[in-house]
Amino acid sequence: MPMTTTGRATEPRSLAAKLSNETLCTWLRDMLLIREFEVRSMQAYQNKKIGGFLHVYIGQEAVAVGTIAAATARDPVITAYRDHAHALARGTEARYCMAEMMGRLGGCAKGKGGSMHMFDRRRNMFGGHGIVGAQCPLGIGLAFATKYEDEVIDGGASRRITLCYFGDGALNQGSLHESMNLAGVLNLPIIFICENNGYSMGTATARGTTMAEDLTAKAVGYGFESASIDGMDVMAVYDGFMPIAEQCRETSRPAFVEIRTYRFKGHSMSDPRKYRTKDEEQRYQAMDPIERFTKYMAAERGVTEDEHEAMTRSVRKEIREAIRWAEKSPHPELGELYRDVYTDIWGPYRGTSGPEMHDKS
Amino acid sequence: MTRTIEYRDALREAMSEEMRRDQRVFLMGEEVAEYQGAYKVSRGMLDEFGPHRVIDTPISETGFAGLGIGAAMSGLRPIIEFMSWSFSLVAADQILNNAPKMLYMSGGQFPIPIVFRGNNGAGGQLGSTHSWCVESLYAGVPGLKMAIPFDAYDAKGLLKTAIRDDNPVFFLESERLLGIKGEVPEEEYLIPLGQATLRRRGDDCTIVGFGRPLYFCLEAAEALAREGIECDVVDGRTIRPLDIDSIAESVRRTNYCVVVDQSWPFASIGAEVAAQVHEHCFDDLDNHVIRVHSDDVPAPYAYNLEQEMLPNARKIVEAVRAVTYAG
Ligand SMILES: Cc1ncc(C[n+]2csc(CCOP(=O)(O)OP(=O)(O)O)c2C)c(N)n1
Ligand SMILES: [Mg+2]
Repeated sequence: MPMTTTGRATEPRSLAAKLSNETLCTWLRDMLLIREFEVRSMQAYQNKKIGGFLHVYIGQEAVAVGTIAAATARDPVITAYRDHAHALARGTEARYCMAEMMGRLGGCAKGKGGSMHMFDRRRNMFGGHGIVGAQCPLGIGLAFATKYEDEVIDGGASRRITLCYFGDGALNQGSLHESMNLAGVLNLPIIFICENNGYSMGTATARGTTMAEDLTAKAVGYGFESASIDGMDVMAVYDGFMPIAEQCRETSRPAFVEIRTYRFKGHSMSDPRKYRTKDEEQRYQAMDPIERFTKYMAAERGVTEDEHEAMTRSVRKEIREAIRWAEKSPHPELGELYRDVYTDIWGPYRGTSGPEMHDKS
Repeated sequence: MTRTIEYRDALREAMSEEMRRDQRVFLMGEEVAEYQGAYKVSRGMLDEFGPHRVIDTPISETGFAGLGIGAAMSGLRPIIEFMSWSFSLVAADQILNNAPKMLYMSGGQFPIPIVFRGNNGAGGQLGSTHSWCVESLYAGVPGLKMAIPFDAYDAKGLLKTAIRDDNPVFFLESERLLGIKGEVPEEEYLIPLGQATLRRRGDDCTIVGFGRPLYFCLEAAEALAREGIECDVVDGRTIRPLDIDSIAESVRRTNYCVVVDQSWPFASIGAEVAAQVHEHCFDDLDNHVIRVHSDDVPAPYAYNLEQEMLPNARKIVEAVRAVTYAG
């Protein structure tokens, strides 16, 4: 897979480097939280506490954290099925995500969506979507709505931008290309974020798509601003993404970014990874975005080993408690089967009610 | 006060009234704005509502159907026009996965108040790709509603209700009906989804139909009346919810039932209605239900073949005679 990483831990950076220790510590903690969540999820899957498909984000943490850090809480976020990180980075509590994966009533979708379908309306997290590319048309709809609200309803200027994530595999789906074209024609404030982790299941990016060596080529025909960003470095992600986000907000023009990353684990839990070498995996593991950022925080921001240790402990505790909470959450009662099919009550259908996480807070 | 207006005008009145009433409603589709509607349904709407609310799209059904669903997730109330439901097939994933299942998969967080509407069924010698009857393909998906209005009055009343509904509604019009005039009141009215209506009254046999084939049902009922067979003609109006109670009530009175459905016979709306009539009226039926469908072949181009393929009055008359042991 052709990928180069630019920048070392100590290289001077423009934007992220100017942020406070406090802000950067929240990034580090979010990345640690995602990693811990995913590691524990894999264990829970092996212990048969989680069913269906499980796709973990280990190795890609800098992408969700760095991009979401560059957005506001009101900006809509939508992604594919490798989605736990986006919900967590958005602030959805780990216990609701974990309960969802365990098929419990306390889950963010009351156990009806599962790992691939994390939704959190309050946090403008519009899902987790299981069909490759299918979230992209929805994403332009979210962007359309933000603009429509400004232009038709509020007459205001909320100027929200939509973050629409997808894998390199989705580059080859018509739904993405129709969405890019429509976003261009309708001038929609959306950023198409390609998380290029090198593979779509076992298909290396270059085996599935043209111009894999420079995916920003995909943006040219649509007339979009674009950038190719090193996704193994959270500060580089922020630095590369922030100007694109600002411009999108300013001009209401769509943009495209390729963020080069690597998934350290298999595609899902049943992937023997025959299509790539151990050597390649080790090379990327040596670029672990968490280790890299940890080093930076120690060297440049004076985060001590004790402080780091305390952060790790608090993350472990949070996830441990999330798992305990999820396991105690009841299985959905059978009446849930017929709830949320329609908003109204008719025939066997029982109307709708939101998840518990929205009763709180 | 009533006026006589075309079916297409009734559709436009429904959309325009709802757009005046609620700023969150907008219309999007191919040629809806500057062209004034491929079938003139949206004629004049661009002028009244402007380009932010009456929006032309390129030919990207997946893209704009999905756009509508995403906008609905955000609380807008889109009306998405398919030039023909035949073209909705390329947007199948969006309209069948994303629209009807989002509320469920999100645990009740994201209702999808959207209307997909356009021409359904044979337009007249358009060949097989353009003559889809999608009702039997789509109606089985839980989470969606489906309406199939017969005349101008229903087109308006049902569409207004569909736009106000918080669930995805598939609204199946017919190119062959757009120019047909009907009485429509000046005053506002709504027709609930899930309420059938009786188009003709008779005690000898029930004919159940939806949308355009109801014309053939009425023609057949007229002919049968001359033979002394009086038929109830029940217009289901919506396929999901299906008003099986009204259908069953009629069948209990007539003891015979013919179901007319313009889609193919196998695994169809006709099959579903027949099965439900058998379940609800087993003891009241004096014969099994007979179904009239389009023939189980792709829609042909040649005029005579197409006419023969579609449900028509002759086939319905024969079915009623057969079911009532009259022929
Ligand atoms: C339309 C469709 N086809 C096939 C699949 C099965 N599938 C699920 S994930 C996947 C690979 C997608 O890879 P990519 O987009 O690169 O995302 P990544 O898994 O790398 O995050 C495939 C083929 C699917 N979910 N949807
Ligand atoms: Mg990939």
